[in-house]
Amino acid sequence: MQLKPTITVEDAASKVSSGMTVMIGGFMAVGSPLKIIDALVQSNTDDLHVVCNDSGFADQGCGKLISNRQVSKLTASHVGLNPETGVQMNAGTLAVNLVPQGTLIEQIRSAGAGLGGVLTQTGLGTVVEEGKQKVQCAGLEYLLEMPIAADVALIKASIVDLAGNCIFKKTTKNFNPVMATAATTVIVETDSIVEVGEIEADSFMLPGTFIDYIVV
Amino acid sequence: MSKEIVRNAIAARVAKELRPGSLVNLGIGMPTLVAKHVDDSQGILFQSENGMIGVSADLPDKDHLDNDITNAGGQPVCAVPEVSFFDSALSFAIIRGGHVDASVLGALEVDQYGNLANWIIPGKAVPGMGGAMDLVMGARTVIVAMEHCDKRGNPKVLSKCTLPLTASYVVNLIVTEKAVIRVTQDGLILEEVAKGLSVEEVQACTDAPLAVTDNLKHF
Repeated sequence: MQLKPTITVEDAASKVSSGMTVMIGGFMAVGSPLKIIDALVQSNTDDLHVVCNDSGFADQGCGKLISNRQVSKLTASHVGLNPETGVQMNAGTLAVNLVPQGTLIEQIRSAGAGLGGVLTQTGLGTVVEEGKQKVQCAGLEYLLEMPIAADVALIKASIVDLAGNCIFKKTTKNFNPVMATAATTVIVETDSIVEVGEIEADSFMLPGTFIDYIVV
Repeated sequence: MSKEIVRNAIAARVAKELRPGSLVNLGIGMPTLVAKHVDDSQGILFQSENGMIGVSADLPDKDHLDNDITNAGGQPVCAVPEVSFFDSALSFAIIRGGHVDASVLGALEVDQYGNLANWIIPGKAVPGMGGAMDLVMGARTVIVAMEHCDKRGNPKVLSKCTLPLTASYVVNLIVTEKAVIRVTQDGLILEEVAKGLSVEEVQACTDAPLAVTDNLKHF
């Protein structure tokens, strides 16, 4: 039977090194791996490129890493509810790459799915199109958006079995299952871990093949 | 008028634009009030871009709080019985793919071409676009729900937007506490004015030129 290693939250944090690109699941800290984030705050890791839907709140979610000045670059769709992000952006210590949410998830999905990028009309006629290739397709104009991959993805699931199969309850799904496809190392934090076979296989939303480590 | 009355008046008027059986996305802030003005018998479903169709107008109380059911602001919400949940890739397939009938969202500026600016004030506030750029590109109808003027009393319906755009040529209808304005290829058409206001008064606080419909109504 192929089982996935269960590691401590500190071990999980130690898989992240300074300078790495790290994807963090969650949407305004809902469905974020909060325990791993806390452990990462305790580590001395810095100069991280964080890819996350948003920068959370200053004291919640991946916003804690920003408040602790461990992030040098952030790729996100929304940073408005974490004033610290704006402060560091204006001070020039944090580079923020704002991406339309639907584009960001497709950039991550295309990296995980072996695609060379995606064509979207979102962002046409705005600053988002600056520096990007435009492609004509069937008479319509699109922006070519390139894949985004990461060294490590830190995701959160509601239930995981020992083989790494994941269930994400309700609105905690968000970026989690897609990020799991687009990183070299994928660590899932879970509320609940179960034996293989304890849950009907049909219920799982992400196959364990994407998971490298489980943190309870 | 108090802020709350103004916001509810706008939301109530927007609600009348929503078709029975449609799928609607309500932006954060005032647009969320629209749900309160829609009767359940209309079978309208509200999408939240963080991964949910079936957001209820009811607010959760302490005894029925489920922290795994949240809106795009990260706040707990209630679900209707026919709710469904999905990840962000599917959520934006729904949004970009033309499956959302109407997107209702706020604006910093809208202009006579239907250009929309609502995600950044350079040098002042850089919240980011979130899902707004995808929503206005993908939704079949885009309704801007906003106060007619900004805090200083300056018009927000302009001849040409000055702030960085969210998208070009996307807005179909503008609903404020003073007026209902339709965006057409020939410019802005004033369709309704609030009771107690004249066309001239609405035009006086609107930067863009307004053509008046033959069938002007009051709301």
